[in-house]
Amino acid sequence: MLWAEGLRHAFGRVVALDDVSFSLTPGQTLAIFGPNGAGKTTLLKVLAGLIRPQGGTARVDGGRRAIGWIGHQSHLYGHLTVLENLLFWASLYGVPAARRRPRAGEVLARLAMTDRSDQPVWSLSRGLVQRAAIAKALMHDPGVLLLDEPFTGLDLAAAAEFRALLAELRGAGRVLVLATHNVDEGVELSTHVAFQRRGRFVHFAPRGGRGAAEIAEAYRRAMTDG
Amino acid sequence: MVELLRQAWAVARKDLLLEFRTRTAIVSAAVFAALVLMVFNFGRDPTAVATIDLAPTILWVTFTFAAMLALNRAFQLELENQALEGLLVSPLNRTSLYWGKLIANLAFVAVVEAVGLPLFVLFFNVPVWHVLAPLVGVIALATLGFVAVGTLFSALVVRTRFAELLLVVILLPFLVPPLMGAVQLTARLFGGRPLSEVVGYLKLLAAYDIVFVSLASILFRFTVDE
Repeated sequence: MLWAEGLRHAFGRVVALDDVSFSLTPGQTLAIFGPNGAGKTTLLKVLAGLIRPQGGTARVDGGRRAIGWIGHQSHLYGHLTVLENLLFWASLYGVPAARRRPRAGEVLARLAMTDRSDQPVWSLSRGLVQRAAIAKALMHDPGVLLLDEPFTGLDLAAAAEFRALLAELRGAGRVLVLATHNVDEGVELSTHVAFQRRGRFVHFAPRGGRGAAEIAEAYRRAMTDG
Repeated sequence: MVELLRQAWAVARKDLLLEFRTRTAIVSAAVFAALVLMVFNFGRDPTAVATIDLAPTILWVTFTFAAMLALNRAFQLELENQALEGLLVSPLNRTSLYWGKLIANLAFVAVVEAVGLPLFVLFFNVPVWHVLAPLVGVIALATLGFVAVGTLFSALVVRTRFAELLLVVILLPFLVPPLMGAVQLTARLFGGRPLSEVVGYLKLLAAYDIVFVSLASILFRFTVDE
């Protein structure tokens, strides 16, 4: 499970989080939509423990070991191969030594990257780096995935494949929190939808039967009101 | 403790592997050491001051500045693809991160010193072989101290502008005690005097190591956490 209660944070006079509260149970996916600078990344960083909020609390069942992070940056070392990167990050997350290579094999196969495992990351295209970053985030089989604009750099086929993978993870009981400024991305995956503006959740509700067009219209209204 | 050491070794191993792949820092530092020794060799009047009187200072000034090049790279390499952010999201203990960087930095500086010492002997014709064991001991003691402090400050400045310059400015004042001790001890060794004459400096180096390795291990997390 994941809880956030009364989160507040500001960078100087810029309010990044303003009384944000929500909770998610296994199998739920929250899609957070908001314009650039709305505080989405700050929220994910607070949930990941990267930023200590100035107010409120956030908690993830299982702590840091249970969190997988996919952000703007891959966190991969360019001069290591894809496999070496995965083994390094798996060791930090406490994946047993005997389990690391088989797990890397499974994850790379799932992301159609088996043939790239021995390539240094610097030699990969932007899309392949993003796929390697996804593989890295999945190595320790996290219970909670925090995704910050995760479709950046993926081509249409890879993005569709990634959506299918996320749906599979949600079906397997993982909690997903997805932040994006693009309403078309990830709506189908979400069980809950939030609109964030100037740090505040101006809308938070189960998605219900709403489709992308309805969500987009509600988002447009929420962003222009007031 | 086992987990702390395991994580520290994972970080150190990764850093060493990255350096082995690129060899940029180590080659630069070794070439720099050779150039400094060459400048000292040709930039002095051998009839004015006896080589043996200048040799300890030259040796330690060379080691110090060459080591700074190696120290600078310690956290710079974590800026690639924001890997540092990934490390901080992971369950990696901050002390393990510091110890891992310390181990890798000690290895780098040891290699630079291993290259620099024979060159020093070659340029200045100082007979070190009969005092090699105690000299290596003094080098090890002094190196541990200044690399411990340098690793801490390297993390402190990595996200600032002009990090390379800033590291030198804030690090050098802290290096005065170990440098003073190392120069005095080395001078006694080169002069064929017993170390018992300067046992106080040996104690100074040992105390500096204990205090700064301990302090840096405790304070390190404040340099990397937001």
